Amino acid sequence: MKALFRYFSSIFSAFKSLWTGMRLTFYYLSHPKTILTQQYPENRKTLYIPEAFKGEVVLIHDENNEHGCTACRMCEMTCPNGTIKITSITEETEDGKKKKILDEWIYNLGMCTFCAQCIEACPQNAIKMQNTFEHSVYDRKELIKKLNHPGSKLKSTKKI
Amino acid sequence: MEIPKQLIPLEDTPGEFVINVGPQHPSTHGVLHLRIKLDGEKILEIEPHLGYIHRGIEKISESLGYRQSIYLTSRMDYLSAHMNNQACSLLVEKGLQIEVPDRAKAIRILMVELQRLASHQLWWGSAGLDMGAVSPFFFAFREREQILEIFEETCGTRLTMNYITPGGVMNDLHPDFVKKVKALIKQFKVNIHEYDKLLTGNIIFQKRTQNVGFLPRDLAISLGASGPVARASGISCDIRKLHPYDGYEKLDFSEIVMDKGDSFTRYLVRIEEMKQSMHIIDQLIDNIPEGDYRARVKGIIRLPEGEYYQRVETARGELGVFVVSDGNKTPYRIKYRTPNFSNLGALQYIAKDSKIGDLVAIMATLDLIIPDIDR
Repeated sequence: MKALFRYFSSIFSAFKSLWTGMRLTFYYLSHPKTILTQQYPENRKTLYIPEAFKGEVVLIHDENNEHGCTACRMCEMTCPNGTIKITSITEETEDGKKKKILDEWIYNLGMCTFCAQCIEACPQNAIKMQNTFEHSVYDRKELIKKLNHPGSKLKSTKKI
Repeated sequence: MEIPKQLIPLEDTPGEFVINVGPQHPSTHGVLHLRIKLDGEKILEIEPHLGYIHRGIEKISESLGYRQSIYLTSRMDYLSAHMNNQACSLLVEKGLQIEVPDRAKAIRILMVELQRLASHQLWWGSAGLDMGAVSPFFFAFREREQILEIFEETCGTRLTMNYITPGGVMNDLHPDFVKKVKALIKQFKVNIHEYDKLLTGNIIFQKRTQNVGFLPRDLAISLGASGPVARASGISCDIRKLHPYDGYEKLDFSEIVMDKGDSFTRYLVRIEEMKQSMHIIDQLIDNIPEGDYRARVKGIIRLPEGEYYQRVETARGELGVFVVSDGNKTPYRIKYRTPNFSNLGALQYIAKDSKIGDLVAIMATLDLIIPDIDR
């Protein structure tokens, strides 16, 4: 008799445990306000991407098309993946001194792991991480970017 | 403990049957390949095959500097990325004898405990998924998504952070951090009861995990199992308690140790650990000290000649980093002692003589991360 009671009570408690779970599922089914799913491509305009999001490396240019890169190559040496290639040209200034000037700041987005160590290493704070995303392209060559804008110059460090 | 002497032969012998699970199988996590010798439904032997996601992280680190190689450790156990970074950073700080600011220590613990929560939540969801329950996965990701959004705001990435660096942390906290973490913890304290309703009390889940996959205490010790797997077998092995780092000694939390050692106990240990993590966050979130978030460290790090070892408690167990330095800017040899590799070793002893259907339940509660095994 006792065994029979235990048998039926175990069936009852099994159904009860299943019903507890199903009731929670039905609660969320009948409360559409609790849905957290974001419809990504449709909500692109209202999408919140934090300012600190590591999307890609950019060279900061001001309104006069001037950047802060002195071609010291600290970022190139720090980068663990060889993402950055910097070429410089030597120019002679008016008073006869030789000076290194940035020629091309090449950034290979396909090799970047977004560790942000180049930003840490830069002594001039000339580069930063931008919160852009959706970087996919049809050709791998398009991922190799030249970051310094055409015609840009080094920011004058002399104080006026 | 009996060590298997020969590998499972390729040919079937009469009465025995060899099957492959993985490397691409929906019920395995990642690319784990198991060769299983069966007698009917009974498992006679299990042989894990490794190397499908071997990237040579230890060898790459020998050619990179101490600062550069840390980002690679986020890719080992990607659900405990903060803890892996922390282990390497602590080792460098130990070698250079740098004092980390109090604010950095508090931020580290907050981040690490949030990461532990997120990791256990994902495990909870996927454990349900392995046993055929689909809805827990969505409930788990609801909370995990909020934690990842907090990480995204402060660290800049969601999965492979590279946030904890030698000397402190990379950036200061986002202004909304405290507010968001408080809201998250308040909500999760309510929502964790839903976890019990959905899975812990579920009769199907209980029948599949209770009294299945026993790991005895002495076997767990000799296999070097750690983390929740060992703690469910009655071994006290929480590195946060035994060898405190980053100010864990000042905090009040208890180590979860249970005795039974079956799959359901391993499940309960992780659920209780989530509550302890919330308790730790509760203590710290209102008293984050002011001050610097990073001590000054030279650009190129050179550790003094010698050997260094540092261990931390990740979400899956004990992670040890061993470095031999010859005084140069790159390590002479770096070795990671990862928790998942030792826990995988327990699988062939746990699952022996059980049914093949239970193997999935055992693997779900072992919580294996394959990139951490292969490195």
